[in-house]
Amino acid sequence: MMGKGEIFVDYALERKAARRSRARMLVRTRKEWWCWLFIAPQLAFLLMFTLYPIVMSYVYAFFDWSGFGPLERFVGFANFRETLLDPIFWNAFRNSLLFMLCVVTIQVPLALLMALLLNAVWLKGKAFYRMIYFLPVVTTTAVVGLVMRFIFGAYKGVVNEVLIRLGVLDAPVDWLGSIDTAFWIVVLVGIWKSFGMKLVYWLAGLQSLPKDVIEAAKIDGAGPAQILWYITIPLLLPIASVILLVSAVNALHVFDLVKTMTDGGPAFKTDMVDVYIYRYAFSGKGEARVGFASAAGVIYGIVVMLISLVLGMLVKLAGGRKPRSY
Amino acid sequence: MMEKNKKRRALVLLVHLLLTGCGIIWIYPFLWMITASFKTNREYISSGISLWPETFQLDNYKRAWETAHFSVYFWNTVLVTVAVVFIVIAVCSMTGYAVGRYRFRGRTLFISAVTATMFMPKGYTIIPVYTLVNQLGLNNSLWGVILAEAGGAHVLFILLFVAYFRSLPKELEESAEMDGSGFVRTFVQIMLPLARPIVATTAIMQFMFTWNAFLMPLVFTLGKPDLRTLGVGMFQFVGEHTMDWTGMAAAASISLIPILAVFIVLQKHFIEGVAGAVK
Repeated sequence: MMGKGEIFVDYALERKAARRSRARMLVRTRKEWWCWLFIAPQLAFLLMFTLYPIVMSYVYAFFDWSGFGPLERFVGFANFRETLLDPIFWNAFRNSLLFMLCVVTIQVPLALLMALLLNAVWLKGKAFYRMIYFLPVVTTTAVVGLVMRFIFGAYKGVVNEVLIRLGVLDAPVDWLGSIDTAFWIVVLVGIWKSFGMKLVYWLAGLQSLPKDVIEAAKIDGAGPAQILWYITIPLLLPIASVILLVSAVNALHVFDLVKTMTDGGPAFKTDMVDVYIYRYAFSGKGEARVGFASAAGVIYGIVVMLISLVLGMLVKLAGGRKPRSY
Repeated sequence: MMEKNKKRRALVLLVHLLLTGCGIIWIYPFLWMITASFKTNREYISSGISLWPETFQLDNYKRAWETAHFSVYFWNTVLVTVAVVFIVIAVCSMTGYAVGRYRFRGRTLFISAVTATMFMPKGYTIIPVYTLVNQLGLNNSLWGVILAEAGGAHVLFILLFVAYFRSLPKELEESAEMDGSGFVRTFVQIMLPLARPIVATTAIMQFMFTWNAFLMPLVFTLGKPDLRTLGVGMFQFVGEHTMDWTGMAAAASISLIPILAVFIVLQKHFIEGVAGAVK
């Protein structure tokens, strides 16, 4: 009797358990479906607007194609060869590199100095100053580039007016139209435009530093200069390398500012690779050379990747040093 | 002691003077732009470096808004920006929720694919994007620009949402499920409102990106003046009216004042958003 009863109970339990686990499985697979449904839009965007364009930018590079009609004329590496033999490309390449080097070596350290100042405990009105120096970052680069054309303009430009009044200049200078000055004005405006970004990066870095280490050094009698050199800067190295990487890649892809301020002129003195590529990809006269532009884009993309790999290794090195400094 | 204090105070004052002086030069281009937008072209030429206009007149704004079609450009920009911000928030929060709170097959693969695209060497990708949108038949409406700007992988926003949703306690879903709330309702009514800080960061950053975008709208509106956004419209305007300085200043003000105003009101969020990108 008892045995029979037990067996009966066991059956019921088993059936119940089976039903429950099936229900749980169903819930789980249903949840899995929902998860896939939730990531589906991002997956579609990723495939359509990131992966497909990257792949196609490589494919186009092997064709002689104007951007319209079928891809028919396969030309092998001819576009690549032509890019690499074009002195105008190398001119743009040199300008892009020089622009990046100027921004990285001038703006990044200056932003650090300003961040140290704006991080000092004794300074009041930090938020206000931070806002002022961050302001150019939020503005439309293309519009700023056009406004700068007037500010540095040869006729009635503010810069000329001020410098003449101060007696620095006798006659107005065509800052953006002269081959000696145009590039440096672009560098100056480029540094000014994204300075606030680097300032905020550095401030974030400074605020993430462990306060007790600095306090301990103070108690041990270290002066402000010693703290800066032996503690703050070594501790900032990991974030410094990230800032360097971001700044370099952004500066190598300068486009809006140059397109609107000088359009690469005068005499290609401010031509940058992204402006060069645009000129071939969207030539207004219907003679666009999308294949050639793509090849130049691929070459430059690989160069930028190599540069960021080198800087990325710096990030790793600096990151690896962090635990040892404690 | 007194002497030292005095010296110190003088130093602090000097720093303030320096920061303010440089600050004025720093934002001078914007002061110049806004004040010039109220001057007449004649006054602009004769006034030299003095900022303050003799008489405030809105003729430049009227000229830019009506004759130069900046009303069209303005509303195009507003529409594109609002649509892109909404799409990006929806897409990224949904992705962040699924990835941050559930284990499902393919999750790791998906996340590594998203981050890997960041490090791939890219060619000139805007042309394929353009041809793709053309093939979808969207090249003659603002939806083309919107889709092109909202598309792609928003790695930073996704990672922010994933980290945030992961940090919320597990009991939230359990109690929601007890109450009979399904997957979608739990997300919309419970999880998304909790993620407000990340939604705000995403909204502000994406607003800034889209409002200031230039290359994408430039390419998508070549030969379609009705679809231009402010940056592109401004570019065309300056190309066509090289002598209308104050009209240019008014047009530039129409483009920049909205984003400047939003920044000044929400500056804390802007700065935190940018700082979050590097952390």
